[in-house]
Amino acid sequence: MTSGPLRSEGMGGAAALPITISRIRKNYGSFRALDNVSLDIRSGEFMTLLGPSGSGKTTLLMVLSGFVRPDSGSVRFAEREVVLLPPHKRDIGMVFQNYALFPHMTVAGNLAYPLKLRHVPRAEIDERVEKALDLVQLGGLGARGVDELSGGQRQRVALARAVIFEPRILLMDEPLSALDKNLREQMQLEVRRLHERLGMTTVYVTHDQREALTMSDRIAVLDRGRIQQVDPPQALYDRPATHFVADFIGESFSLPVTVNDGRAMLFDQPLHVPRDMTGPGPHFLVLRPEKLTLLSDAANGEAGVNVIRGQVRQSVFHGDSVMIYVTVRDTHEIALRIPLRGNVVLPQPGDHVTLGYGIEDTIVVPAGTSGDAP
Amino acid sequence: MSAAESTDRQNEAALARQAFTEQLRLLSLSFPALLLVGFIVLVPIGWLFWLSFMDADGFTLAHYERLLHPSYALTLRTTFELAFLVTAVCVVLGYPLAYIAAQMSPRSARIVLLCVLFPFWTSLLVRTYAWLVLLQRRGQLNTWLQDWGIIDTPLRLVHNFTGTAIGMVHIMLPFMILPLYAAMKSIDENYMRAAANLGASPVKAFWQIYVPLSLPGLGAGVMVVFVLSLGFYVTPALLGGGRVMMWAMQIERSLAVYSDWGAASALGVVLLVITLAILWLFSRLTGAVNAAAGGR
Repeated sequence: MTSGPLRSEGMGGAAALPITISRIRKNYGSFRALDNVSLDIRSGEFMTLLGPSGSGKTTLLMVLSGFVRPDSGSVRFAEREVVLLPPHKRDIGMVFQNYALFPHMTVAGNLAYPLKLRHVPRAEIDERVEKALDLVQLGGLGARGVDELSGGQRQRVALARAVIFEPRILLMDEPLSALDKNLREQMQLEVRRLHERLGMTTVYVTHDQREALTMSDRIAVLDRGRIQQVDPPQALYDRPATHFVADFIGESFSLPVTVNDGRAMLFDQPLHVPRDMTGPGPHFLVLRPEKLTLLSDAANGEAGVNVIRGQVRQSVFHGDSVMIYVTVRDTHEIALRIPLRGNVVLPQPGDHVTLGYGIEDTIVVPAGTSGDAP
Repeated sequence: MSAAESTDRQNEAALARQAFTEQLRLLSLSFPALLLVGFIVLVPIGWLFWLSFMDADGFTLAHYERLLHPSYALTLRTTFELAFLVTAVCVVLGYPLAYIAAQMSPRSARIVLLCVLFPFWTSLLVRTYAWLVLLQRRGQLNTWLQDWGIIDTPLRLVHNFTGTAIGMVHIMLPFMILPLYAAMKSIDENYMRAAANLGASPVKAFWQIYVPLSLPGLGAGVMVVFVLSLGFYVTPALLGGGRVMMWAMQIERSLAVYSDWGAASALGVVLLVITLAILWLFSRLTGAVNAAAGGR
């Protein structure tokens, strides 16, 4: 769309750098913030670091930006080792959680700052500032003070400032967490569009799994300083590798499963699984509410379906659907989501129900502590 | 319908009354302070102002005419020179200390600030005499410097301008450091990170981002130190050894030596007017600086 500064579409590949993170460790006293983290981020990829607070996702981003010095390990942008490089020599864009727009400068002043530091001629600075403002739909607001902007506008200025000097890597630290829900969803799409247009390698930190699923090419799930799983959103959702990932991504309920001689048992009945079980020991069956179906009472092991019986405890209205909470064997709780369309007959609390779960959808993960993940 | 309307109107009036009495109640909290300021500050100042235009025969400008004498000009110059010097030294010493304290962990910062505040808890007189002991001809400092062979003859560190400045800097430093520290503490560390991320070296980030953001604190510190220095009395009287004549000392002399309330009042009014003028100028100046920095 644009030409020259703020590069056009199609140049994405050439404009981005791959990132190779190898064996990064960082301890704060006895707390392991990052425990032997390795991650390859492809050139031009939108990679999200997802995890709860304290999982190390922000620390990892700070290691990439140079604000946190790791204890050991290596970070390479393309072939270049950068782990020893101070932040101001790394030449990467960053959007901070609270935007960090300089309050003593105007919007244009903020955008011009990185260009001035790079000794770009005055006329070109003006031109590029204008283009960057247009890029984030803030044309004409250059003369405003930062404190005169709304939260969403500040967010856009921060985004424009992070990309105006055309870095080949862009880091974002929970940039949308301060916005209200509607604006956040709108900005998610805008950030994603900007990424597609500018093509830079983007590393995005969030604790919001929905945001991660919406925006990312791939997601790296972190917990307690370790990477649990790296996969595209759908694979992460459909085939979580650990109990933690299953629990953290999307809604899920779990039932204990025992594995003997490669055969999985749910309580006292055999459980059909799509793949062979790997190891013995305690496991969990992960149930997604929307993938459970209500079967007629007579049904007993339809082909291709695992059957779970239980008693309805409560049903909760969600507008487009109803969540039915079901107690299994008096001790375990699961839930199924029933979309509300047509005449659905809903089971009432106290009813005994038979639920079906497709064998292809059946996920069994090891129950061990999440730290044991690959 | 009409019943509802009349209820609405009644409520409207009652709500307005409630809002009014609530404001009045809030305002009443400031009455004691207003009374105090009125009786202890404004009334005496008004009285001084009145006295400065009066002598035995009624209205006169004689007290102000007397101030045109060159000796008063010299005093005024000394007063301003000293205030400038003290302020400048306080900035040079205070800024780095406040900066370091602001970067420290809260625990260590508390200890540093405690040390900064420590002089506040000892009497001004004691501190001034302590400087006298340290700085005099055969004082501790001169003895050490001579013992180490750095100097042959004792330095004249006291009973002059230098000694007065040293003593005043010591007393004024906390007034510089505290507002600076408060301003620096409120600077989000992400500003400096953002500057570095955008390509600014630590030195550039400091001068282009940190210093401008700390200006409000610096301005407050400079103003307080300068204005307080203009009215200093005890320290110059003791450490100046009679060679440093400050404006406040002229006031004291008019009263103690000549019992001339009119002259003393005129001196006081002049100092007040000059101080107010400086405060006004300063607020204009910082306003202009802020506007210029904002590019607005």
